Amino acid sequence: MSYKENIRGILCTAEKDIKIYYKKPPVIIFGLLFPLLMFLAFYMGRELEIAFFFPGFLAMSLFFTSSSVGPLVTPWERQAGTYERLLSYPVDIKVVLIGDILAGSIFGISLTTIVLVACLFFLPIEIVSITVLVLSLILGGITFSTLGVLLASPATKAPSNIMMLSSLVRFPLVFISGIFIPLVEMGSALRILSYISPLTYLVDSFHAGIGGENFFETGVGLIVLLIFTAIFYMMSIKIHKRNMVKGL
Amino acid sequence: MPTAVEADGLSKTFGDVKAVSDVSFEVEKGEFFGFLGPNGAGKTTTIRMLTGLITPDSGKALIEGIDSQKDPIGAKMKMGVIPEFGNIYEDLTAEENLYLAGKFYGMDKKKREKRSSEILKMMKLEKRGRDVLQNFSKGMKQRVNIGCAIIHEPPVLFLDEPTSGLDVQSRRLVIRLIQKMQKEGTTIFLTTHDIKEANELCERVGIIHEGELVAIDRPEKLRNTFDKTQSIEVSIEGDFSPRSLKDDHVNKIERSGDKLKIFTDDLDASVKNLVKLSQENGFKIISLRTCGPSLEEAFVRLTGDMV
Repeated sequence: MSYKENIRGILCTAEKDIKIYYKKPPVIIFGLLFPLLMFLAFYMGRELEIAFFFPGFLAMSLFFTSSSVGPLVTPWERQAGTYERLLSYPVDIKVVLIGDILAGSIFGISLTTIVLVACLFFLPIEIVSITVLVLSLILGGITFSTLGVLLASPATKAPSNIMMLSSLVRFPLVFISGIFIPLVEMGSALRILSYISPLTYLVDSFHAGIGGENFFETGVGLIVLLIFTAIFYMMSIKIHKRNMVKGL
Repeated sequence: MPTAVEADGLSKTFGDVKAVSDVSFEVEKGEFFGFLGPNGAGKTTTIRMLTGLITPDSGKALIEGIDSQKDPIGAKMKMGVIPEFGNIYEDLTAEENLYLAGKFYGMDKKKREKRSSEILKMMKLEKRGRDVLQNFSKGMKQRVNIGCAIIHEPPVLFLDEPTSGLDVQSRRLVIRLIQKMQKEGTTIFLTTHDIKEANELCERVGIIHEGELVAIDRPEKLRNTFDKTQSIEVSIEGDFSPRSLKDDHVNKIERSGDKLKIFTDDLDASVKNLVKLSQENGFKIISLRTCGPSLEEAFVRLTGDMV
C-alpha cells in the first residue's frame, strides 16, 4: 500500500468521524462544558493557587475531550452496521485507526485551545515556554485520542458497555496524575502509581510550559507520552484486528 | 474465458466450528454467479474471505488475478461489496455517502460529482440526493448502499443477500440494476438463500452446505440432476386417504396447505392412476398441476434437509 493511499485513507476516515460523530452540537457543547464543570467542582471553595491548578486543569480538559468520542466510534459503527461497509473500502484497519486518532486529536486540541485562549484572557496565567506548551498540547491530544481508540477495541455493538469501560479507565487516572496533589507531595506508593498514568506526564509537561514547576526534566514527559502513544496504538491494532469481524 | 473470481481451497475454522472447508471454484469475467446455501452454511464467511475481510486458515482468493490476502487494497479496488448487514451513514445525505465512498476509492472531485449524479439518477433518487438518510425507507437506503459499492465502476460486484427485506418495487429496481451492470460487463457474485431469485438471475450457481461446496453448475442442469423430484400438486374434495393415492412410482406424499404434493418417478403413470382412483372412489379433483424438478428441490436434496 502506497504512502499516498495511506494518507488518503487516514484523511477520509478522519473526515467521516468529524462529520458524523464530532461535529454534533451536543458533543461540542459537552466537550467545552465538561472541563469547565470539572474545574468549578475542584477549584471553587478551595484555597488553590490558580497558577498551580491551571496546568492540571488544562491537561484534564485535553484528556477528556481527546478521549471522549474515540471509544464510541467503533461500537457506534458496529451498532449501525456501517463498520463492514467501512472495512470493504480499500483501506487497512491500521489506517482506519490512525484516521480515528486524527479526528479525536483535532477535536481535543481544538477545544482545549479554545479553553486555553479564553483562560489566558481572564486568569493571571503566564506562559513560560510556548514551544513546550504547543508540543504538549499536540502530543497529549494524540496520546489520549489513541487511548480512546484502544478503549474502542472490544468487540461490542453496545456503546454503553464501552462507556462504562471508558469511565472505569479514565476517571481514576485524574486522581493519580498530580492534578490535585503535586507529585512532590505524593506519598511513595501513590507516586509509583502516578508513574503508570500517561496523564501525569501531560500535567508535568504543561507545568513546564505554563507554571515552570515541572517534576521531571523538560522533554522527559513528552518522550514518555510518545512511548505511551506507540504502546496504545500497537495494542489497538492487535485487539481491533482480532475483533474485526466479531459480531459484524 | 478469463477468471474474475477464484477461490482455491478456502478453509476457515472458528473455534471448534469448521465454517468453510476446502472451497474451490472459479467465476468467469462477466458471469452472473449465484452462491446458495441455507443460513449458517458458510456463504458469508466465504464472501468475507474472497473480499479480504477474513484471513483464511488455508487457501487463497483471487479477484481479477489479485490475491485478496497479499494485496487486499489492490483487490478491493477491483471490487464493490454490498455486505449483508452493511449499512451506510444515516447521518449523512445520499450525496455525502457517495462522495465519501468516492474519496475512499481515490476519485477526484470532478469524477466523484459526475458519478454520484449518474448513480442517483440510476437509482431514481435524484430528487433526494441532499436528504439525510435517516428519512429514507429500507429500499432507498439499500439503493444508496449499492451506489457506494459501484461508484468506482468495479469489474466485480459482490452482493450478500441484497434484496433481503426489501419491498417489491425496491427489489425489482435492485435486480434490474444488477442485471444492467452484468450486461455492461460487470461480474456479479450474488449470495442468496432465495432460490427463486438465483434461478431467475444466475447463469451458474454454487451450493454450499455445512461449509462444503456440494454442487456447482447451471441451474437447469442442477434441476435435471434430480429427476425423481417431479411432482403433482393436487387439490381433492371428498373422502379419501392420502395413502390410497400411492402407486409404484410415488416416492412421497406431502401435504401443502389444502393441497397434496405427490412426488413421482413417472408423471404420466401417476396422473392416470390419480384420475382412475377418483372415478373409482368418487372423490373430486378440484385442481391438478404437474411440476418439473425445481432448483429448490435440488437445493433441498443437496443440503440434505428433505424429510
